[in-house]
Amino acid sequence: MIRDITLGQYYPGKSVIHSLDARTKIIATLLFIVELFVVNNFWGFLIAAWAMFSVIFASKVPVGFIFRGLAPVFFIIIFTFVINLFMCDGKVLVHWWIFTITYEGLRRAAFMAVRLILLIIGSSLMTLCTKPIELTDGLEKLLKPFSKLGLPSHEIALMMTIALRFIPTLMEETDKIIKAQQARGADFESGNLIQRAKSLIPILIPLFISSFRIAQELALAMEARCYNGGGGRTRMNEIHFRRRDAAAAIVLILFLAIIIASRWI
Amino acid sequence: MAIEVKNISYTYSPGLPGETLALDDVSFEIEDGQICGIIGHTGSGKSTLLQTLNGLIKPSQGSITIDGDCITDGSTKLVEIRKKVGLVFQYPEYQLFEETVAKDVAFGPKNLGLEHDEIDRRVREAIELVGLDYDSICEKSPFELSGGQKRRVAIAGVIAMNPKILILDEPTAGLDPGAHADVIRMVRNIHEELGIIIILVSHNMTDIANISDKVIVVNKAKIVADGTAREVFSRREFLQSMGLDVPPVIDIMHTLETRVEGFHSVAINADEAADEICTLLKQKK
Repeated sequence: MIRDITLGQYYPGKSVIHSLDARTKIIATLLFIVELFVVNNFWGFLIAAWAMFSVIFASKVPVGFIFRGLAPVFFIIIFTFVINLFMCDGKVLVHWWIFTITYEGLRRAAFMAVRLILLIIGSSLMTLCTKPIELTDGLEKLLKPFSKLGLPSHEIALMMTIALRFIPTLMEETDKIIKAQQARGADFESGNLIQRAKSLIPILIPLFISSFRIAQELALAMEARCYNGGGGRTRMNEIHFRRRDAAAAIVLILFLAIIIASRWI
Repeated sequence: MAIEVKNISYTYSPGLPGETLALDDVSFEIEDGQICGIIGHTGSGKSTLLQTLNGLIKPSQGSITIDGDCITDGSTKLVEIRKKVGLVFQYPEYQLFEETVAKDVAFGPKNLGLEHDEIDRRVREAIELVGLDYDSICEKSPFELSGGQKRRVAIAGVIAMNPKILILDEPTAGLDPGAHADVIRMVRNIHEELGIIIILVSHNMTDIANISDKVIVVNKAKIVADGTAREVFSRREFLQSMGLDVPPVIDIMHTLETRVEGFHSVAINADEAADEICTLLKQKK
């Protein structure tokens, strides 16, 4: 059950997208997110969706696999849709009791839902095609200029690496604890809200204790290998901008221009 | 017959990149009151096999019958299965969460919806059965106990549910020799007192040879050997070809066989080996 979450996962592959520099992908994703907010009509989304699907196609990650990642955030999408649907004045389409659906409301709800879906798929595409280590290395390099202003770029990157590295470990741990408590007859699925919240205690306490234990072990292991911060650290795999990154940048600028132009369609 | 497993298969994350076949057409039987040892490599499918017996994993094919009840066809409630089959995971001390030892052990029986007095009685019995002193330990926090004590408290938590079958997944992993011996003695004691089926997974071949009536060898999602400890451990080369060991005493007796002409050993534990060596020495005189 808990293994099915694909958000933030890495999908191993050898495609063009996989081999791009992590920095290119981070910037591209950021730009893509900004562009989604620049868009003001459905034509813009059509172009953005087309661009996104071409990237998915190029990355060779199965489309079904990506859409499965939407499942955990499905509730948020529905929630946004419904809120927007009822909270907008304008030309009335349906009126029932205290609910009124307007043309503007419907339009805006669909708009927000599409934007959210593109947002989530777009950003999960980045983690799907980039190894976590490359991602944090790229982030560290991108943040490097700000370290002169006192931003601890190495520490931020390290924290992210550790957090990403331990998502699967903690999920496994949670899975184990859930199973162990189920074997002792624990029931997480029935009862009212308060009973259900209470039934989480036998999972949360062992999980907290485990994470403290894991953190302590990790700190010890790092110290035992003389870790002392970011100064002068080298890497096994240096990341480089290559020709394909330049090509990606050109495509990106073109895409940005088209999206901005789409505002006047 | 108490447990009958017929042709079960299970695949992890089917259709995803991490797809792995964890159980491949597995069948075996365990009779009433037996201690069954399961050996195999890490990742051979042992843990998955244990979880299917408890209803935590539903095999994609095949059937499991416990005490005449088929638990895989969906007719038996999960609570009923878990009442019958107690499963203790690896490092069970990591699942402790209550303020006191007594409350933690009571978690399982409470989930079964038992009466207050009955719960208290079972908690006391279970704690004593795993070799701890109820009065001195019941009000302590489980987190201030030693590693071996924590593990026994966690095992008591499952025993308090009064299972007909007790499954222990590597109960001695990561314990010091003293605590290790304590846990093995405890397993024997539980078996003598309750007479239930015990399924024991271990990498310690001496333990397996010493206490099990029946040994099952799992390799690459399949059962490759199934018989008494003597039958299984007599196939020394076969076990070694899978990277598994035999108890050290068998290795020693094997060396002795190659050195002494006409000597043949069937010993699987230290006592039997001692007897054989005694007889051999007497003959030599």
